[in-house]
Amino acid sequence: MVTKTGINMAPTLSATGERPVVELMQLTKKYVEATAVDHLNLSIARGEIFGLLGPNGAGKTTTILMMLGLTEPTSGQARICGFDPTREALKVKRKVGYLPDDVGFYEDRTALDNLVYTARLNGVSQQEALQRAKVLLEKTGLADNAGKKVGAFSRGMRQRLGLADVLIKNPEVIILDEPTLGIDPEGVRELLALISSLSRDEKLTVLLSSHHLHQVQQICDRVGLFVQGRLIASGDIRSLSKQLDAVGNVYVEVGAKGWTEELARQISGLEGVRDIRYPVQGDDDHERGVTATVVCDRDLTAQIAEAVIHGDAELVYIRRKEYGLVDIYHRYFERRSEP
Amino acid sequence: MQPNKAVESRTLKELLRLNERRERISRLWAELRPAGEADRPRERSSSSFWVMVQKEIGDHLSSWRFGILMGIIVLACIGSIYSAATAIRSGGSAADGGVGDTFLFLKMYTLTSSALAVPSFSTFLSWLGPLIGATLGFDAVNSERNKGTLGRLLSQPIYRDDFIKAKFISALAMIAVVVFSLGLLVMGLGLFTIGYPPTPEEFARILIFLLIAVVYIGFWLCLSILFSIRFRQAATSALSSIAIWLFFTIFYSMIINMIDSATAVSQMASPEAQLRQMNLVLTLNRLSPTELFSETISTMLSPGVRALGPLTMDQLVGAIASPLSLGQSLLLIWPQLTGLLAATMICFGLSYVLFMRQEVRSRA
Repeated sequence: MVTKTGINMAPTLSATGERPVVELMQLTKKYVEATAVDHLNLSIARGEIFGLLGPNGAGKTTTILMMLGLTEPTSGQARICGFDPTREALKVKRKVGYLPDDVGFYEDRTALDNLVYTARLNGVSQQEALQRAKVLLEKTGLADNAGKKVGAFSRGMRQRLGLADVLIKNPEVIILDEPTLGIDPEGVRELLALISSLSRDEKLTVLLSSHHLHQVQQICDRVGLFVQGRLIASGDIRSLSKQLDAVGNVYVEVGAKGWTEELARQISGLEGVRDIRYPVQGDDDHERGVTATVVCDRDLTAQIAEAVIHGDAELVYIRRKEYGLVDIYHRYFERRSEP
Repeated sequence: MQPNKAVESRTLKELLRLNERRERISRLWAELRPAGEADRPRERSSSSFWVMVQKEIGDHLSSWRFGILMGIIVLACIGSIYSAATAIRSGGSAADGGVGDTFLFLKMYTLTSSALAVPSFSTFLSWLGPLIGATLGFDAVNSERNKGTLGRLLSQPIYRDDFIKAKFISALAMIAVVVFSLGLLVMGLGLFTIGYPPTPEEFARILIFLLIAVVYIGFWLCLSILFSIRFRQAATSALSSIAIWLFFTIFYSMIINMIDSATAVSQMASPEAQLRQMNLVLTLNRLSPTELFSETISTMLSPGVRALGPLTMDQLVGAIASPLSLGQSLLLIWPQLTGLLAATMICFGLSYVLFMRQEVRSRA
């Protein structure tokens, strides 16, 4: 299911020849002072979970609003399920479920009422709406609270209700804007598990935006890094790491007691070592007890360990660094700040 | 507990049966209608419009605000009925000149007892009407925006203007129900207290009066909806509506009086100059919807009113001192009524345009 478009982000037909569900072509939104979204190209295939990652104010929400036809793009085009959201907003909205970042409900109505109302607005008959709402409340684990007023709901319950609300119209695509915001870790885990199982079972295409990278990385097939209105990279986590490691560097973190200059010289003498970096005071690596990070052109973990032990230092910790999204994210920012 | 449950289940069953019947009727209707696929989406969107209207009306009915408002208005209404009944009993009609006697029933709406100092029903309506309108509309859009429901709602397949129309129509329906039930309540109590039935013409006049009241309150509703779109804070929009209401009911006439005295011509001036002065003041006065409303209702409820502007002696020569017929009264207030409707339309149009152009962001 995963399409590895890598750096080439131009909308292409996926391997199966099926048209992508979401296609954004040169999408641009300019406000008076700033450009929120800058010539964005993106395509998402059916059944994919795509994570749109980026800091606050990167233009994620604006992009989503344009995809729903709630905001008009300055230039460029979007196609959702083959429809143009600016021209055929209603058709798009019928197929797309959207969960805003802080979803609101009618507080003095019950959860069931809120869901039924949404279903009725989608042209579902009262009885059918009731039925669907009950099934979804069951699915999202809110069945016991169906008759409770939403005003009494916790943040996590609201978010789950939001998910039910999105699903009640039987959408093909669901767009979740910061779905994990303000929920406790356990709640996040449950919600994400729910989303990924729904996507798998119902063949839903999911687009979720977030700035919580590590949460999203668990469930996304593909992510796009979005900064200042531009998609600076997209692909699955592994291919993103590869893009980062274009130079072919391997990073080995070493934690040792009794680290000396001599030892450092010895290690840098090893064949294939390019650089040794030391974490600075207050750095994240420093906190974790990393003494040095060795940059090499191949995996030299074993040799480095040997060198440390032979060099009369005590090896406390050694690890070949895998890139998580956080690192990738940081790296991109580093790169941007040093042009 | 047990009997309660039984009642509940019975009402549920009844509801279900009703529902079933409705479904059957709608199915029958669908069969009767000429089949056409082309009008499907239209039908769908209009049904979601009525779903919204239903929900809004439900919200109004269950809100505290509406309850409190109704309480105040019903109390005021009872007070005014009592006052009017007292006045009629004590022979207030005699003070009103010869023409009054023929339309005794209309006096239920206009007459007050001088001893009680309670305003009449029509005065109450022109005071409290704006308050009803403002209360129903001041947070129509911004509360949805602040609660984050606007974004969720507009991501459903509904037309954007349906939302604003549903807000307006539902509140207007509530207003119509309130005004008509109160007006008819006054009529009923009037029957009780004075024991004298209204003539068909009186009845028609009362209905038209109530209709005008709905339009008038609709104007204030539109104005407050406009503010609720313009201002993000419900408090700001409520205060703006109330400020405008106070301005028109209290300060506007003061300002007009000031202008009048500043531009006054002497008593010795030519009739043309005096007439021009009078017309100027009248025109300024009629910029206020409150003034338009009071002119229309006084004409509707007091058939003796023959003109709303200055009349020269020439015009009065040969006139028979008799009440105007309903058609003539209507003709007299036609411009005012048009003005009121126009003001309402302008407010609604402005709010429509503003809303359609506004960006939908969650809460921001």
